[in-house]
Amino acid sequence: MNTCSLALPLLALLLAPLLTGIINRTKALMAGRTGQPLLQLYFDLAKLLMKGAVYSKTTSLVFRAGPVIGLAAAITALLLLPMGRVAAPVSFPGDFILLAYLLGVMRFFTVIAALDTGSAFEGMGASREVQFSALAEPALLLGLAAAAQAGRVVMPAGVSEPGGLVSLSSTYCRLSTAVWMHSGPALFLVAGALLVVFLAENSRIPFDDPNTHLELTMIHEVMVLDHSGPDFAMILYGSSLKIWIIGALLSGIVVPVKTGNQLLDAGLIIIGLFVLAIVTGMIESTMARLRLLRVPQLLVSAGLLSMLALGLIFWS
Amino acid sequence: MCLILLSIGLLLCSGVVSLLAGSNGKPANIFGAGGAILGCLGGVVPATWILLTGKSEEIRWAWSVPYGSFSMRVDSLSALFLIPIFILCGLSALYGFEYMNAARNRKSLGRFWFFFNTLAAGMAVVAIAANGILFLMAWEIMALSSFFLVTFDNEDKSVQRAGWIYLTATHLGTAFLLVLFLLLGHQCGAGLLDFDLFLAARSHMAPMANVIFILAVIGFGAKAGFIPFHVWLPEAHPAAPSPVSAVMSGVMIKTGIYGLLRTLSFLENPAPWWGWLLIGVGLVSGILGVLFALAQHDLKRLLAYHSVENIGIITLGLGLGLLGVSMKSPALAVFGFGGGLLHVVNHALFKGLLFLGAGSVQHATGTRAIDRLGGLIKQMPWTAATFLIGAVAISGLPPLNGFISEFLIYAGAFHAVGEPHVAAAGAVVILALALIGGLAAACFTKAFGIVFLGLPRSAEAAHVHEAGWAMRIPTLVLAAGCILVALFAPKMVMLTTRAVGIITMLPASSIESSVSFAVGPMSSIVLVAGLFALIAVLSACVRHGILSGRTVEQTCTWDCGYVRPAASMQYTASSFAQPLTKMFEALLRPKVKLGKPDGLFPGAACFHSETGDLFTRSVYRPLFAGVELLASRLRFLQAGRVQLYILYIALTLLILLIWNLK
Repeated sequence: MNTCSLALPLLALLLAPLLTGIINRTKALMAGRTGQPLLQLYFDLAKLLMKGAVYSKTTSLVFRAGPVIGLAAAITALLLLPMGRVAAPVSFPGDFILLAYLLGVMRFFTVIAALDTGSAFEGMGASREVQFSALAEPALLLGLAAAAQAGRVVMPAGVSEPGGLVSLSSTYCRLSTAVWMHSGPALFLVAGALLVVFLAENSRIPFDDPNTHLELTMIHEVMVLDHSGPDFAMILYGSSLKIWIIGALLSGIVVPVKTGNQLLDAGLIIIGLFVLAIVTGMIESTMARLRLLRVPQLLVSAGLLSMLALGLIFWS
Repeated sequence: MCLILLSIGLLLCSGVVSLLAGSNGKPANIFGAGGAILGCLGGVVPATWILLTGKSEEIRWAWSVPYGSFSMRVDSLSALFLIPIFILCGLSALYGFEYMNAARNRKSLGRFWFFFNTLAAGMAVVAIAANGILFLMAWEIMALSSFFLVTFDNEDKSVQRAGWIYLTATHLGTAFLLVLFLLLGHQCGAGLLDFDLFLAARSHMAPMANVIFILAVIGFGAKAGFIPFHVWLPEAHPAAPSPVSAVMSGVMIKTGIYGLLRTLSFLENPAPWWGWLLIGVGLVSGILGVLFALAQHDLKRLLAYHSVENIGIITLGLGLGLLGVSMKSPALAVFGFGGGLLHVVNHALFKGLLFLGAGSVQHATGTRAIDRLGGLIKQMPWTAATFLIGAVAISGLPPLNGFISEFLIYAGAFHAVGEPHVAAAGAVVILALALIGGLAAACFTKAFGIVFLGLPRSAEAAHVHEAGWAMRIPTLVLAAGCILVALFAPKMVMLTTRAVGIITMLPASSIESSVSFAVGPMSSIVLVAGLFALIAVLSACVRHGILSGRTVEQTCTWDCGYVRPAASMQYTASSFAQPLTKMFEALLRPKVKLGKPDGLFPGAACFHSETGDLFTRSVYRPLFAGVELLASRLRFLQAGRVQLYILYIALTLLILLIWNLK
């Protein structure tokens, strides 16, 4: 671990809300509007933090704990996130399992906080959230397994890493243009699967429309209807960290360039994240959301893409 | 060893004393529960000692029963099962002291405690028996005493039915075990059933090894609840009184896993397909278990199906471990068996906790129907908090113990992905665990959210009382256990992997070097978990600091401007699970009764769905109907005339004599 590693989570904490700004700005430009400032989410967060709060009489401590634990889980997950060859502050074989499950903790507490209000709308959103995330989980973990194997094929490790249990940091450290040359199709499939997971987990179109105004059609937004003030700020901030985390996992795969300078590599991956935000904005401008019944099919096919990628790597 | 025998003796004696005091409720309750608690306390200390030191102790006495000697042996593998048995039985006894008190005037508590303590003693003997006959005797005592506990409320029709299903299932399983032990005895030559002899004759088992393995999977699988042998579980567990459900689900079904592991230790060079079979069983049990759990509306039935799911997770681990042994990969064996064994311990903790919590809910409200509950967290904060810890733990989420054991199995699967020949198995296990994890989280947000959060959905749920201390302390201890296992994860993993050597007979040096791969990540996980807790506390403080001095208002829940939300407008458990149950409709096949609202001024509408068991419906019911049909065809033989029966006996004797002449 070095100082660069420690800088990674700080950078994420600082820059994550910018991604939402880029997505919204892209959507506005595509629609021919000027759109909100790039820093709008920062302003929103500052405004919400200045406010008091309103709670439903139905709610209990669980409702108040939801945003706190969700944000804490997202920040903790940042500690496990590498960028290119800059290792994460904490890395150990199998750390990606912990990362995926920390996001699971975030979801668990968001869901029970939603159920705490006793609102049918929030129950509905919670019910959809658990359904879709259960299907997205296999795609994410199998995709990461495939990425790790692709790297190991080109750069086999010594005795310190028996079998395929590697850390995220060494997975992303190994990914390079050479690996893409060797198992490009597999990595392409993994990137496709992770893009689906990225959009689904972050409640973007085509899975969920963050800007919709009809409670019946929402997923994530409807779960947090009753949160207000600082609690809501924590939720918005936590969500933007989640975009950063899953986005960085994807960006690390599609930006395999290794310049020789660690900082430059990490910078390239962050630029990749910004590009990903622009792509997300473009997807949101050009696609409609899927019918809810179609969503599971897309998620299952993302899982199949990951499986296929893993198969391609074994085969070659 | 002496201490363990002493505590088993104490359990049996206190059971008898309690039975003798049966006519009077109070002394029976005190003797029964007190004896169980003391016995279990006395047992847990030496068992922990044996696990910590890694030694093994044994006794061997001659007895007049044929097939070997009266021998018992406690090693690390036994201790790993003994400790949860004693802990959970002791805590459930304390819980039962208050819980069963309500039934004091209705039923003989002496009978209850006699069977409860016998069940605890029987399970302990199963875990330490080192002779086939002794093992089977303890196995039967365990099965029968739990049958009488399941049928405690024996005037209830559904309880009677559950009891019969359980009795049939457990005895069909035992039939396979009888053959299994006879085969083992036959293979080692002397015809004796001592486990030492089985171990010594490991190399002679090869010709029958496949048959022995299959018999063990069926016989022990029926007890453990492998799908398709699980049908008794969702019937028997809800029917039993809650402390009994906790013991049955938390530790009794694990004796099946213990038996399977002990049998594996008698067989060398496992074939790769054994591992594949267990992975297949684990996959089916895990995924179907959690899906059927999602579709249930009865809290205890839901938990019972979750036991099937967790047995599936354990079996996935065992399958990977077995593949590791057959592929000569000690690291995979350590990950798989270590993860499976640790999950056995963890499941005892959180499933015991959840069943006791469900018992408190039933005690307070008189119902187990999830859709009639709601908002209990306000009146029952202790029960709600401990249930939440159990729910997070069973969903395999960090920073609790469920994550630690699932991590080990995951680690084994990812390890396998990088090795030749077992990569596909690794991918299947990752897929299964990820799907099961997501669905379990869905199921437990439903169970916790609908039961404890929101507004009460019925009058029963509105007027409740928190459980008394005797019922609260056990749940608190178990919740603390869930946290402690996670906190001392490196040590726990080190201790569980000790038993891997006993199961696999791999050389100690190769296991020793692989254990570091399993223990290594643990300290980092504990570190991250600690940081997580720290960040959470800090964020809570920040939130508190920001909100202090600001206006914090109370109002009603947002309902599109409608200002009088009612409890009946809430989402229910059925509606919460509907998208998932709809998706897997082909497997679950729920029976739906729908009364649609119609007309301009619609009257009452209704919706009711019930998801029975797939295998009960499509396998066992036709099977047993066939057996009954066949039996009814043979009824003419039983005409009720004594002369005819004597003729049958004579004929049988004649045939046997002719048979012998050959």
